[in-house]
Amino acid sequence: MTHTLLQTIITIVVMMGVLQGACAYLIYVERKVAAYMQARIGPNRVGPFGLLQPIADGLKFLFKEEVIPGNVDKLLFLLSPAVAVGTATFAFAVVPFGPTSNTPGEYQFVIAPGIDIGILFTFAIGSLAAYGIILGGWSSNNKYSFLGAMRSTAQIISYEIPLGMSILGVVLLAGSLNLERIIDQQVRDGWNVFYQPLAFLLFLLAVMAECNRLPFDLPEAEQELIGGYHTEYSGLKFGLFFLGEYTHVITTALLLSVVFFGGWYFPGIVGPESGIILKLLSIWLKALAFILFYMFIRWTIPRFRFDQLMGLAWRTLIPLAMVNLVCVMLVKEFRLSLWLLPPTSLALLLGATVLSLKYPQQPRRRLLTVAADGQPAVTTAR
Amino acid sequence: MPIPENAVRWVEPPKMSVLDQLYIPAIIEGLGTTIQHMFAPKVTVQYPEQRPQMPPNYRGVHRLNRDEQQRVKCVACYMCATACPAHCIDIVAAPSPWPDREKYPETFVIDELRCIYCGMCEEACPVDAIELTSLFDLTGLSREEMMFDKEKLLSVFDQTVKTGSDPIRTRGGKLGPAAELPK
Ligand code: SF4
Ligand code: SF4
Repeated sequence: MTHTLLQTIITIVVMMGVLQGACAYLIYVERKVAAYMQARIGPNRVGPFGLLQPIADGLKFLFKEEVIPGNVDKLLFLLSPAVAVGTATFAFAVVPFGPTSNTPGEYQFVIAPGIDIGILFTFAIGSLAAYGIILGGWSSNNKYSFLGAMRSTAQIISYEIPLGMSILGVVLLAGSLNLERIIDQQVRDGWNVFYQPLAFLLFLLAVMAECNRLPFDLPEAEQELIGGYHTEYSGLKFGLFFLGEYTHVITTALLLSVVFFGGWYFPGIVGPESGIILKLLSIWLKALAFILFYMFIRWTIPRFRFDQLMGLAWRTLIPLAMVNLVCVMLVKEFRLSLWLLPPTSLALLLGATVLSLKYPQQPRRRLLTVAADGQPAVTTAR
Repeated sequence: MPIPENAVRWVEPPKMSVLDQLYIPAIIEGLGTTIQHMFAPKVTVQYPEQRPQMPPNYRGVHRLNRDEQQRVKCVACYMCATACPAHCIDIVAAPSPWPDREKYPETFVIDELRCIYCGMCEEACPVDAIELTSLFDLTGLSREEMMFDKEKLLSVFDQTVKTGSDPIRTRGGKLGPAAELPK
């Protein structure tokens, strides 16, 4: 036992505080980024540069009237925000957020260090967050919410598969599901993103879909579903959904930097001998870069249509992830050079592109010629 | 009548190249655009401190114009009240105390809450007595407060003349043709 109980409790308490503060300020950053991209200024009234805005928002959430609509299923309605936040924070337990090492006795920057199924745990718990959404949408007793919940079910089930499969290649390279080991392997061999650019791309896409971030935010789609599953929520309960979403964003951003960008390791600058501060900076800056990237993407790409969303997962991401996994297996099995992998990735990506050009997936159109003067009607599919 | 087959023109979507189909260049291009916007000049007007410059033909709060002798210009002809689609102008006419016109408005009340700011009243007015100014931030604490009477409307005139924010439609104090007494 490297961690005593006390140490763990302190870590949990501190990290909860950090996470919630970070979520509040991420909302602020998101609003600022959105404003700047739209040639506006964004929140700037509360405190200098609007820096106290998150606190004002939080207070507003706390003091707002708690509206529970008359026809909702009360128990599930109240339960679902708790599920959303609970699972999101629970999934954070195994994600390293600072320097980790294999030396026993050293303090590890993970809430639960040394979990051998680390990454599996994150995915398993993280996808439970879908229950928060589904229960919320269903118990709201509102058609829009229910539609949002249905969409979210389909989306999360679909994107779970490429999410898990894209990361299997990395797991094969490291020989472990343990996130600390995956970092160790990258310290030895270099960042995974160089070996597995395709897996990185797939994982990035799948993670965005899991977080319901904008090109994939069909469950909430303000314009179509007036907020989807959280239409009926207000006050603190709505705030909890928000908190869950942003915690998920932080978790996935950290995961991305841990799995593909070496966690705290930065070749040439931050090695195993560097100080704690430098390592912390390294991992959080990477995570911040991903979060900013999510935000930039959000204001750049419009939302998918639902069939496009499903098509992307089932016809593109899943086959690509599978073939990519087979390639990694072959390389590992025959002990080939790891540098064979990046060209393979590129070839796979181009191959998929060419294939999809060859067999375009367009919505079927039917031309129905109405029968005239006793002629039979003809239907032609185009 | 069915549409004949040869009258239907099918439009095919443009062919995509491999790069287009890859989508990644397009996404990067899009990111370029949005990131460029982050450094572009901002259009926000910091409202209470910075007042926006309304165009001079903006249709805001009404004013009742005064003539050169500071009398109300209106001749109580009821044209504006008749033209008003929202029926929010209420005029009580009285014989004019001045020799150059027959009537003048004893009371002149506009319900600013009912008004839709369409500008029909000022179009209808033969003597350009009523005008919409570019004041846009009209607030009040009660409905009664928003019933603007003659004094209030004249004070809007004084205020806009003082700040030099005359609407462009003003013909500078001259009475229109209908206000001329028959010779
Ligand atoms: S602006 Fe239109 S609605 Fe308002 S008082 Fe004039 S005519 Fe009536
Ligand atoms: S149309 Fe002009 S002159 Fe006639 S009543 Fe209205 S404001 Fe007075």
